[in-house]
Amino acid sequence: MKIIEAEAVTDAVRRMAVDAAHHLEPDILDALLAARDRETSPLAKNVLGMLIVNADIASRELIPACQDTGICTVFLTLGQEVTIRGGLMEAIQHGVRLGYEEGFLRKSVCDPVTRINTGTNVPAVVHIEVEPGDRCRLALLPKGCGSENMSGLQMLPPSAGIRGAMDFVVDTVVGAGPNPCPPLVVGVGMGGTFEKAAFMAKKSLLRPVGKAGEREDVARIEAELLERINREGRGVLGFGGCNTALAVHVDVCPTHIASLPVAVNIQCHSHRHKQVDL
Amino acid sequence: MSLLRAPMHTGDHRKIDLPFAPGVAESLRAGELVHLSGTMYTGRDQTHRRLCALLDEGRELPVDLNGQILYYVGPSPARPGRVVGAAGPTTSYRMDAYTPRLLDLGLKATLGKGPRSMPVRQAMKKHKAVYLATFGGAGALLSGCICAVSLVAFADAGPEAMFRFEVVDFPAVVINDAAGNDLYEEIALKNRGVA
Repeated sequence: MKIIEAEAVTDAVRRMAVDAAHHLEPDILDALLAARDRETSPLAKNVLGMLIVNADIASRELIPACQDTGICTVFLTLGQEVTIRGGLMEAIQHGVRLGYEEGFLRKSVCDPVTRINTGTNVPAVVHIEVEPGDRCRLALLPKGCGSENMSGLQMLPPSAGIRGAMDFVVDTVVGAGPNPCPPLVVGVGMGGTFEKAAFMAKKSLLRPVGKAGEREDVARIEAELLERINREGRGVLGFGGCNTALAVHVDVCPTHIASLPVAVNIQCHSHRHKQVDL
Repeated sequence: MSLLRAPMHTGDHRKIDLPFAPGVAESLRAGELVHLSGTMYTGRDQTHRRLCALLDEGRELPVDLNGQILYYVGPSPARPGRVVGAAGPTTSYRMDAYTPRLLDLGLKATLGKGPRSMPVRQAMKKHKAVYLATFGGAGALLSGCICAVSLVAFADAGPEAMFRFEVVDFPAVVINDAAGNDLYEEIALKNRGVA
């Protein structure tokens, strides 16, 4: 049995919230650098250069990379042999609250009916999955809503097939145009149920950018989707070129014989994500 | 002819003072890169909702928008010693429902990211107004072009309040010009199949 204090959870979430806003991870920075190197449009190449400079300024001067410091989703993978001493859910929320205050981050969470800002950037959305062992893994995905708003979900009939599912992904991404701040990381959930597909789409964004799916057939789908999206030529911030998306991550799960749920969660180039094991 | 006539890598930008001198906004062309210096007002979802509510009630707006530019931004808080935090553009379509009314009042330009609705484009053409995009997700970089910030209205809306920015060489690309051209549309048509 491993015991973790709730305060340690709060502290980890707080630190991840502040760090995520200011320090982009190497996976997304490398993807942006590679995109700049292969970019064919002079305007898009220049903008990619600006985005790389932006990430550097953010990190050095502690100005958030993007003013939309997002609404937080926290993924907690909790080993069965771990005991959290203290209130776990409140510990996570408090970490977000502290991080957004201390980091001078924008509080962007409001009531959907009154539109009154909660003033603290909580509540964060929390997903907990239980696994064997004594690992306690916390991942934080603060996400701006320029990209989140362009996401979509469709409950396709099985007759649509994998082609229909892929068309829906491409249409969603291309239809979003410049709104979600391309170059994008595209998370796709295929199968499961209505909410499982959306969950998989979001969770797939935690994969290192461009890491192929484990199943060979799924990896082929990812590669084809990326190629099709980029062939449309909308490009970086909609200014044209070959880099509308940096990567497509597809997660799959068995579904009902009558159903083919497909969810597309679009992530902007300011792909902020952090992870820590307690 | 391509509207992309002023790629940034050449440093070929046009310097524009704000608010616009007569005739300047009308002379901008879709695809032009501009560096804006002077005063801009800010507003996003809540500010727009409230401005239009004031108009509904027949009340005066907190600022005369005639001849001005409105930047769609909700900045992150300033650290001590700084004038503003990150301050990149938010997505413009969310303001589409309100924009024609503000253009009727003489608003000369809007600044954000992403395409505008057809009614907004028609209203811009009618009023000889323009729409510019700046660089989404470059909030830290753009922060450096803002040298003063003051609160104008709606303080309780937090990041959605209306501010006045003093900017120097704030970069933007002309998307919709007064003649009715649309840069995004042109690029989408031209670049299909490039990759």
